[in-house]
Amino acid sequence: MMDSPLSTHLAFTLGPVPISTTVLTTWGIMAALAAAAWAVTRRLTMRPGTAQACLELVVETIQGQIHDTMHTASTLFLPLIGTLFLFILAANWSSMVPGIEPPTAKIETDAALALIVFLSVVGFGIQARGLGGYLRSFAYPNLFLVPMNLLEQFTRTFALVVRLFGNVMSGVFIIAILLSLVGLLVPVPLMALELLTGAVQAYIFAVLAMVFISGAIEEKPSDAAQQQEDTAS
Amino acid sequence: MIEIASIIAAAFAVSFGAIGPALGQGRSVAAALDAIARQPEAANVISRTLFVGLAMIETTAIYCLVVSLLLLFANPFRG
Repeated sequence: MMDSPLSTHLAFTLGPVPISTTVLTTWGIMAALAAAAWAVTRRLTMRPGTAQACLELVVETIQGQIHDTMHTASTLFLPLIGTLFLFILAANWSSMVPGIEPPTAKIETDAALALIVFLSVVGFGIQARGLGGYLRSFAYPNLFLVPMNLLEQFTRTFALVVRLFGNVMSGVFIIAILLSLVGLLVPVPLMALELLTGAVQAYIFAVLAMVFISGAIEEKPSDAAQQQEDTAS
Repeated sequence: MIEIASIIAAAFAVSFGAIGPALGQGRSVAAALDAIARQPEAANVISRTLFVGLAMIETTAIYCLVVSLLLLFANPFRG
């Protein structure tokens, strides 16, 4: 019988707090990302070397995606979206390291990431429109849709969790099943597919976070449409 | 008995739950390819929207997968 994908393995206990292997892997990825970022940004020059050029490429690509999706030139969202994307990408691809199970294949990690998105949607919404304005946005287009809009907040967060969990976990699971059935080299194409899936899922998580946040901060569609009509006429 | 029923139900959940999303994704990819063929300069916007849409459609299949996993590994009726 295989291990349930919903269970976690205990690595050690830190006093009264049990630490699972998932948390340990997450810490490792966080430390690796932070160390890489620290090491690359120590000597920033106007004439970038190889490492700095690569870093600038990554940052500019993410900023370009934010600009395209949210239609804002603001760099306010770059730290959040960039960190989410890079962390999920690193976590998904960590399954390529032998013996490491990606933290995103456990539902708790995905729930924590989606909770960050949920809270930042509320936070950015209140920051952009004020508490009253944000609450009024739930009553758009009319008051009867308040329960639907409230429900949507939770279902889409839940969908974020389940999407990332299901994709990453099913990839890991299939590779494990194939390994136990046919042996060494057969799962290699599937692992290549897993690289692609991991990148796409990280991208989609970041894009959906952008879409949710821009939906919370933008003007009502009627106002925007009205303005467009005004400028057109 | 409950184990057998759970395994059969899990297999049915995944197999039938994959049909709808597969058809939907096929339609959306076909429409996106059509649009890119007509307007190659809009390929970036179209493919970004396509990816987000595919992720949305795929969620339904993933729900079925999670339901089948719950049946197999965290069955509430197995006592």
